[in-house]
Amino acid sequence: MSEAVPTLEDYRDVAPPGTVELLRRLSERVRGRRVLHVSTSGKVGGVAEILRRLVPLLEEAGVDAGWESLDGEEAAAQVAARLHTALQGDEERMPPETFDDFRTFTRARAASLELTADVVVTHDVLPAALVDARPPEGVWVWRCHLDVSRPQRRAWTFLRQFVVKFDAAVFSLPSFAQRLPIPQFLVYPSIDPLSDKNRDLAPSEIDAILAQLGVPRDKPILLQVARFDRFKDPLGVIDAYRLVKRQHDCRLVLVGGAESDDPGGVELSADVREAASHDPDLHVLELPAHARREVNALQRAATIVFQKSTREGFGLGVAEAMWKSKPVIGGFAGGITAQVIYDVTGYTVNSVEGAAFRARQLLADPELCARLGAAGREHVRQNFLITRQLGDELALMATLLR
Amino acid sequence: MSEPTARTAFHFHTCWELPEMLGRRAFDERELLEHLEEVPLDSIYFHTHSSCLRQRGVPGVYPNDFATWAAIQVRDRVLGEKLGIIDPHEYADLESLRAEVVSLIDDHLAQLRSVPRIMFGFGEPFYFMQSRVLEIPTGVKVRTLREFRDALTTIDSGAVYLHLVEARGRKGRRRSDFAAWVDEQLKLPDLAARMGRLNPFQQSLEDIRRRLVTLADEALDRA
Repeated sequence: MSEAVPTLEDYRDVAPPGTVELLRRLSERVRGRRVLHVSTSGKVGGVAEILRRLVPLLEEAGVDAGWESLDGEEAAAQVAARLHTALQGDEERMPPETFDDFRTFTRARAASLELTADVVVTHDVLPAALVDARPPEGVWVWRCHLDVSRPQRRAWTFLRQFVVKFDAAVFSLPSFAQRLPIPQFLVYPSIDPLSDKNRDLAPSEIDAILAQLGVPRDKPILLQVARFDRFKDPLGVIDAYRLVKRQHDCRLVLVGGAESDDPGGVELSADVREAASHDPDLHVLELPAHARREVNALQRAATIVFQKSTREGFGLGVAEAMWKSKPVIGGFAGGITAQVIYDVTGYTVNSVEGAAFRARQLLADPELCARLGAAGREHVRQNFLITRQLGDELALMATLLR
Repeated sequence: MSEPTARTAFHFHTCWELPEMLGRRAFDERELLEHLEEVPLDSIYFHTHSSCLRQRGVPGVYPNDFATWAAIQVRDRVLGEKLGIIDPHEYADLESLRAEVVSLIDDHLAQLRSVPRIMFGFGEPFYFMQSRVLEIPTGVKVRTLREFRDALTTIDSGAVYLHLVEARGRKGRRRSDFAAWVDEQLKLPDLAARMGRLNPFQQSLEDIRRRLVTLADEALDRA
């Protein structure tokens, strides 16, 4: 069942005081102007999830907001996927025909799209090439959601020839910025506090979901929600849990899973399951992507949330956990360091031992847990809610159209 | 006795900050110093004055980005402490502030045999940024202390930043807009002095907002 799309007014009680009025005032600068977002997919993936919420809010704020996607061809999706992984540093060699396929597809799609707007925002890789068909009017922005801090050079050089034709670029972290002759803005991703994944749940609802998932609530729960790949380090989390377990009786819940086309992930998933098979307090849950309410309940039931990644994009799971007033122990990677304020909202750690030490410390000190949890929720309220992202989008438009 | 009413209303403005990356990064303290000598003044401002805008509800380890980077990413606590004590409002202009930060780092490096740097994989480089700050009228205008107090409870903390930090840091005013208005319009110099002592580099903007409300309440109780 699809979720109802909230209105701006619905955020009044969760956003920082004065935010709704501020957004309405800010929107006056761009009222009536047209913004067109173009994404690779209109149905799946993180970008579609963001735009599904953001576009109606922009419209409510008085912006003439449109959204086009390049859905349709399996071949194009494969080209985009290959470029995505190469731009995120994968060492797989890109065959030359990938680039030719990319050009052919985007040229054809450009001809079928109406690309006239005051501001055109193309998201990630595939739509970036539409810039070759940009009309003389309008400001063009390339929005990059990927971790391009260490891209495969050949892939980046190919994409860069399109990027330099934009008027500005937007990245999710400072480390993703590139050497470019255009302004590069920083817009952090955000969570929606009213979505099924983050909205308040009644204690009875949490109890029922955990019972359904077979996770007893008789002892403190340590939790990590992340797919099973080596960069998320689920085996490291298990090692840390075992060190904690020597001193504190607790449970570990790993929520994840592996893509069937990722042999490394499938193997890791088997290792994780093997480790769990000997320990009744270690729960491995492979939940479908739509199990947002279940993840919400687990995060709320947890005492501590891990995000012990060794490599990470932004890692919005951290903000989700902090929004639920949970202290977070995160790996020193990607956006985790932008979200966790050390010793204020949680801890960033560099080793299994570091993760275990901080978990022991938190389990021994409920007041510390409460202090970090409260600070984390406030930190998210100020910096990582969708209302902040909406404001950034409006400010970006106002700045570029000035 | 009727409450003092200002001849000129206080008009609350707020702001929205859009951060922009300069594409410069420092991996060690020498590189930090070298970039510091070259970056636009807006970048100095971003990493010092407007740092508190990004710590609205929860103050960070130190009130400026240079100190936080040295202490957390480089793990050079001594430099972190030396930079952390800097109060941007104590400097006549941004060039003076830049000179102070550069001198502090240079003096610190002169005492060391090697240049402290981030350990690969365990620390993040320093990314130089600047920002575009959009000033936005809130439409809220007040003439009495009670109206002022009530407005403070509802406006967003960007307004606190704008009238407290930008007023002095960017617009070169001698004191915050709040203190100036309370003194000049409401003729309440004691309250203005108390408000003037609030330091956004020692407390979060939300703490400052609460403190301003408390100060106004105390003054209203005394009246």
